[in-house]
Parts: sequence; C-alpha cells; structure tokens
Amino acid sequence: MNILVCIKQVPDMESKFKVDGAGRWYDGADLAWRMNEYDEYAVEQAVQLKEKTGADLTVLCIGPERVKETMKKALAMGCDRGVHVADEASSTKDPFSIASIIAEFAGSKSFDLIFTGMQSQDRGSAQVGVLVAEMLGVPCITTIVGFAYEGGTISVKRELEGGVKAKVTSPVPALVTCQLGLNTPRYPTLPNIMKAKKKELVSVPVADLLKAQALAETSALYFPEKKGGGLVLEGDAGDLADKLIRILKEKTAVLA
Amino acid sequence: MKLLLVAEYREGKLQGSANDLMAFAGKMGAESAMFLVGTEADVPKFEGTLYLADVQSCGEYNPAVHKQLVLEAVSRSKAEMVVFSHSSYGWDLAPRVAFALKAAQVSEVVEVVEGVPVAPVCNSKLRRKVAVKTGQTVLTLQSGAFSLADEPSGTPVIEKISSTGGSVMSFGGYEQAVQGGVDLTKAQVIVSAGRGIGKPENIAIIAGLAKALKGEYGASRPVVDAEWAEHNRQVGTTGQTVSPKLYVACGISGAIQHLAGMKKSEFVVAINTDKDAPIGEVADVLVVADLKTFIPVLTEKINAL
Ligand SMILES: Cc1cc2nc3c(=O)[nH]c(=O)nc-3n(C[C@H](O)[C@H](O)[C@H](O)COP(=O)(O)OP(=O)(O)OC[C@H]3O[C@@H](n4cnc5c(N)ncnc54)[C@H](O)[C@@H]3O)c2cc1C
Ligand SMILES: Nc1ncnc2c1ncn2[C@@H]1O[C@H](COP(=O)(O)O)[C@@H](O)[C@H]1O
Repeated sequence: MNILVCIKQVPDMESKFKVDGAGRWYDGADLAWRMNEYDEYAVEQAVQLKEKTGADLTVLCIGPERVKETMKKALAMGCDRGVHVADEASSTKDPFSIASIIAEFAGSKSFDLIFTGMQSQDRGSAQVGVLVAEMLGVPCITTIVGFAYEGGTISVKRELEGGVKAKVTSPVPALVTCQLGLNTPRYPTLPNIMKAKKKELVSVPVADLLKAQALAETSALYFPEKKGGGLVLEGDAGDLADKLIRILKEKTAVLA
Repeated sequence: MKLLLVAEYREGKLQGSANDLMAFAGKMGAESAMFLVGTEADVPKFEGTLYLADVQSCGEYNPAVHKQLVLEAVSRSKAEMVVFSHSSYGWDLAPRVAFALKAAQVSEVVEVVEGVPVAPVCNSKLRRKVAVKTGQTVLTLQSGAFSLADEPSGTPVIEKISSTGGSVMSFGGYEQAVQGGVDLTKAQVIVSAGRGIGKPENIAIIAGLAKALKGEYGASRPVVDAEWAEHNRQVGTTGQTVSPKLYVACGISGAIQHLAGMKKSEFVVAINTDKDAPIGEVADVLVVADLKTFIPVLTEKINAL
C-alpha cells in the first residue's frame, strides 16, 4: 500500500497575535509553531495502518523552511519520507490552491489512501481534504472518529452533531479527513527522533506543482471588536477569590 | 443576487439550521430558494421554491448523489450563491459543490460586511475578510451566527428533483452516543475542566470546586478525548448543551464548538491564564489566573462560608 498524509504547521493558539504589515495575515515573527492538531490524528492513523499492512508512508507539507521542523516530528512518529513543498507565501494561498498543489503531487503517485486533518486551526476552512479528493476523483469521508482497513475497504465512523456517528464504508483509493479523538497520537521517542534525522526529506519548489489560479484571497485581517465586556479580574489568588465570591453572592443565587 | 439555501434532514427529521439560513437570506435582502433531501411531510416553513429530493431513494448520507442534486437545484434556480450550514453535512458537501461549480468557498462565515464575507481565524481570536474572485460563491455559515427573530412562516412551492447517480461509498446507519451516568442538562452549577488542567489528576481540583458549589463537573472535548472524563460530561456541539445558573470554565479557551454548548448559561465565570482567550467574550467574569493555584484557594474559601 501507498499512503499519503498531509500536514500543516500552525502557530500555538495561545500566542499573542499581531496583524502583519500588509494587514492581511498574522505576523509570523515570535510565534511558537506546531503541527495542526487535527493532523496529528491523521499522522497517527496513517502510521498505525502502515504498521499493520507494511505500507509506504509519505508526509507532505506546504510552507516556508520552518515547516521542516514539524515534518521531522511526523517522521519521528513513523512516516517513511517527507516531501516539503517550499512556499514562502503559503499563508496567502486559498484552500483551492493548496488542494491543487497536493492533487498535482498525488496525481501520478497512485496513493491508496490519503489522510488529512478535518480543518486547520488557524484558517480552519475544512476544504483542502475534500477538494483534493474531488480533484483526484476518489471518494472522501470527512470528520472521522473511527477507522479500520480490511482487504481494500475502509470502514469509518463519521462524527455528527450531538455525539451521533454515521457508519460508512468505501473501497480504496479514498481520502479521509481526521477529527479530534480518532486515536491517541504518539509522542516520538528519542531513538525515533534520532532515526528520523536520517529519513529522506526533500524540498520541491511550489512553482513545480502550482498549476491553478486562486479563487479567493484574504483581503483584510483584524481583531474582532470586543463585545463581551465582562469584568476582568487580575491579581493575588486570595484577593481574586474574595472578589469572585462577592460577585457570585451579588449576581447569582448559588452561594445563598 | 439569488441564493440557494441548503437545508438538512437527519434521522427522519428536518434540522433547525434551515432557520439560520433564512436569517442569513433576510440579512442579505436576497431572493432565495431552498434545497432539501427530505420528505414532503416535513418541509421548512418558507416562502419560495423548495427543490425537494426524496430521502427514501437518495439516502440521508450519500455525498456523491447529494452533490448532483444540489447542482441540479443550482442550475434550475440560477443561484449565484449556495449557502450551507457549517455542520457535518455542510462542510462535507459544500467543497464538492464548490469544486463542481468552479466557485470559491468561504467557510464558517460569521457576518457579511458590505457584501464581503468574514470568517474567524485562530480560534476566533482574529477575523478575516475574504475577497472572492469567482462569479458564483459557496458559503458555510457558523452555527448561531445568524438567527431569526421570529418563527418563520409560509408554505414553499415544491419542485421535485431526483438523481440517477450512485456512489461507491455506502452508509451503514447511525451509532448513538452512549447514554447514562451524570445528566449535566439538569445541573444548576457546572464547573468544567479544559485542557488547561494539564494532567488527569487535576480533575480533582475541578470536581472539588464543583462539589463546593453543589454542582457537577463537566469537560471540554480534549479532556474527554484523552479519557480524563467520560463523554457524558462533554459540553459542546458534539456533547451536551447546558444552561445552568452558573458555568465556570476552567482552562478552556472558548472554541465555538464549546461555546455552542454553554452560552445559554445564566452566569459565566472563566478562569484562564490567557487574558485574550475567546472565552472572555462570553464570560461575565474572567479571572486571569493559573487554575492550579487559584481554584484550591477559591474552593477553600467557599467551603468556609
Ligand atoms: C466538529 C467539531 C466538534 C467539536 N465539538 C466540541 C465539543 O463538543 N466540545 C468541546 O469542548 N470542543 C469541541 N471541539 C473542539 C474545539 O474546537 C476545541 O478544540 C476545544 O474546545 C478546545 O478545548 P480547550 O478549550 O479545553 O483546550 P484549548 O483550546 O487547548 O485551551 C486551553 C486553555 O487553557 C488555558 N490554560 C492553560 N494552562 C492554564 C492554567 N494553568 N490555568 C488556567 N488556564 C490555563 C489556555 O490559556 C487555553 O485558553 C470540536 C471541534 C470540531 C471541529
Ligand atoms: N499548507 C498545507 N500543507 C499540507 N497540508 C495542508 C496544508 N494546509 C492544509 N492542509 C491539509 O488540509 C487539511 C484541512 O485544511 P483547511 O482546509 O485549511 O482547514 C489540514 O488538516 C491538512 O491536512
């Protein structure tokens, strides 16, 4: 079997964000970067399948030089090789362009299964996986929280609202988008981190794979107006507790 | 501008999201038609054309077939904008329709400013305006971002559509969430643990405060996914929807899927080290503190009252 997993590098969501000079995206300086949370589940599922079937597993990521750090984590988790699509401007690309790049890469490689996250944490469009599948003409099942593979067929559970799940089966080739809780993503061990350093990690210029025109672009990025206007309390724990108890007594009936 | 609103039907019932779609159409002041794979016996109250496909023959989940049906309705209605809810149905189907139409899709739209859709970025800490370069557009709407002030009225004019297509994928029915155990929907006070608790042992800190307040403890999704709490304690779109007198969110950032489950609470207290955490937007009081040091102090003082 031949498997592809697509990952994105995103900033830590607890970062203090700043809008960049052009006013179109967040400033990338001084941010801590990590693997998109949903993609960790995608990598784990792909690695588990590889362990079971002896498949060959490629991890792909589009982005600037720094994304290689995140790709190394995927290699340490068990991917066999990395393909870095070098693109300093990946943050300005729309989901359609990102999907076109992935589909262009995957088109000639006949992957049996492609794993993506259900959405990216920063831009969160939940489009790239489905678009790649449509471009390649393979079935796509989104938001999976359960996965099994047996003799050319995948049996998955799609998560719906309220905790209900839909059971779906599909032949391969297919693409699945992974939801939180699908599995328990492993922490790379030190020996595996060392081994990962020797694994193949090639960079391909984005121009080699980008054949499509963007359909949309971010025209402005900004902080939403604060509407909540709730009270913000800061200070010493003892004082904070006293203040909060006073408020709860005044505003709610729970301490009466 | 002509809209096609894609309504949803699941487990034999029309879903309430049709109202949000109508609210959006109202805001846009646009002429709209509706689409549904459902039954004639259960159609939305709507003044306009409803393109209706029969759920018996088309199935509740069959994206290849539903895509063909939406495309048929788009072509009949001459819609310039196709509008879905950002739900498990919508985010699954919308990109397929967008790709077929060669249209740009904007996901999880929260508002439209001077005709330009706005979407959240980084857990709603930021927003972006999206300039669309295609004639037709596909949107998915964030759940709850648009809502009707009054109950809708009217009877749609039904135009039946059907599909002959099939799919290699097959749908094998639903699996219901496990029931039983604690019922958060009845609790007057809920103290919820988020990923900020750091490790499973710290559930005890949260449960301790819940007990002092004579309530129950709940959890955000990562805490449940990590199996630090049972699924029936999860608050949010894929868990419980609660409306207690007091909700205390501890180490919870305030993602939209969590807020959807607790924003009807009467009074909300958030305890978070990040002053800018989006939970601050719905909290009556945001205590900026490390929960591990603050909550034990608070619990002790409450117990001493
Ligand atoms: C389709 C879908 C459905 C979903 N359904 C749900 C759902 O039903 N319920 C749900 O909760 N989520 C749901 N999610 C996940 C949701 O998007 C978020 O990922 C999740 O709510 C985040 O949980 P959290 O706030 O606990 O963790 P995080 O977002 O990681 O936030 C942790 C917070 O803790 C704070 N913190 C860290 N350390 C401390 C400390 N020592 N003291 C105080 N504060 C601290 C941080 O500042 C941060 O704000 C869903 C997602 C999707 C895509
Ligand atoms: N720059 C990228 N490089 C590789 N994969 C990506 C990239 N952006 C998005 N993806 C994949 O597409 C999924 C959905 O992303 P999105 O449509 O942006 O929400 C992610 O979880 C990734 O698996």
